[in-house]
Amino acid sequence: MYCDRCGRDLAGDLAGETDHAACRAARALEPPRFCPQCARRMKVHVLPAEWRAECVEHGVLRGGRNGS
Amino acid sequence: MVSLSDPALAQACQRVLETGVGMDEADVLAVLEQPDEQIPAVLEVAHQVRLRWCGPAVEVEGIVSVKTGGCPEDCHFCSQSGLFASPVRAVWLDIPALVEAARQTAATGATEFCIVAAVRGPDPKLMAQLRAGVAAIRAEVDINIAASLGILDRSQVDELVQLGIHRYNHNLETARSFFPNVVTTHGWQERWETLRMVRESGMEVCCGGILGLGETVQQRAEFAAQLAALAPHEVPLNFLSPRPGTPLEQRPLLDPRDALRAVAAFRLALPRTILRYAGGRELTLGDLGTRDGLLGGVNAVIVGNYLTTLGRPAEQDLALLQQLKMPVKALSSAL
Ligand code: SF4
Ligand SMILES: [Zn+2]
Ligand SMILES: [Zn+2]
Repeated sequence: MYCDRCGRDLAGDLAGETDHAACRAARALEPPRFCPQCARRMKVHVLPAEWRAECVEHGVLRGGRNGS
Repeated sequence: MVSLSDPALAQACQRVLETGVGMDEADVLAVLEQPDEQIPAVLEVAHQVRLRWCGPAVEVEGIVSVKTGGCPEDCHFCSQSGLFASPVRAVWLDIPALVEAARQTAATGATEFCIVAAVRGPDPKLMAQLRAGVAAIRAEVDINIAASLGILDRSQVDELVQLGIHRYNHNLETARSFFPNVVTTHGWQERWETLRMVRESGMEVCCGGILGLGETVQQRAEFAAQLAALAPHEVPLNFLSPRPGTPLEQRPLLDPRDALRAVAAFRLALPRTILRYAGGRELTLGDLGTRDGLLGGVNAVIVGNYLTTLGRPAEQDLALLQQLKMPVKALSSAL
């Protein structure tokens, strides 16, 4: 699994090498940018009441506001 | 009413309140330099000025990016520049999604929907997408359509007028003296030239910028004075949200007290303009900041999400307006 904000491997997080706490906090006001499954940069659309993020391999993720 | 302890500044504020003529640069600077304990007083006087010269109504707007990322320009704050290692990918919004964005905006009671593109200026493909988008929105959604497509030439200005674009956004972003620190691929004067043509065309001019780019307080006052000289219909105020991969990634957020000083100062420089809270308010000022701003000179908000980042839910802003007894500006009076 990868961080959907910075695209780095979350395994580093577990090993204490990378701290994604800041990424998680920032995601409250940002849509995801990287596919959590493959870390590809996604095509992201932000609409007034939702976001849509598409990975060419893993399909479309959708969410509302505040990172949900 | 909380009163200002500096008698000369109090007098300057009183003049703005009585005449509706904006403060000069020196007085704006004095507002920006007020000590912390005077912030409630400057917000209060800015609020009085807003009520007197704009009334209690608040203009609500939604925005969407029709073409995101891959911009050839290098505005150092922008995650959509193709020149930085930003995670934002270049992508176009299709017409059904554009109409859906307009619908989501209208559902909040908003009167304004702004279509934005990350470009230096429009090319034929973008103009075609805009034509199709405007027609599709008009067929389904009752809302004023504004646009923000960068630097225009005369024929593009004319075409936007024909399309019925009622307001055009083009931000000067920052003080003229600081602009070269932030953008090197085009000049402040080029932006000014577009604004001049938009003004002459009869479209409403929307022009603001971003605070917290590293400009000095003096340059913030300079910027307010330059906007006042332009006398735009609307001024959107953004606060820097440092974006990953951009040259300003490591900049600290603007101090919330400075953000509130700026809200009051810009209102006092521009007593009659629509002063809009735009991007970065949630991050810089937190939830209380929206309330403080609306009681300190702001009379317009962007609701919902921004172009590449998310905002707080529109319902929260609308509930706040109700609490503050500020009516949402209606469509009939928005023209
Ligand atoms: S012109 Fe607009 S989209 Fe392009 S880099 Fe500058 S601010 Fe971003
Ligand atoms: Zn991360
Ligand atoms: Zn993927």
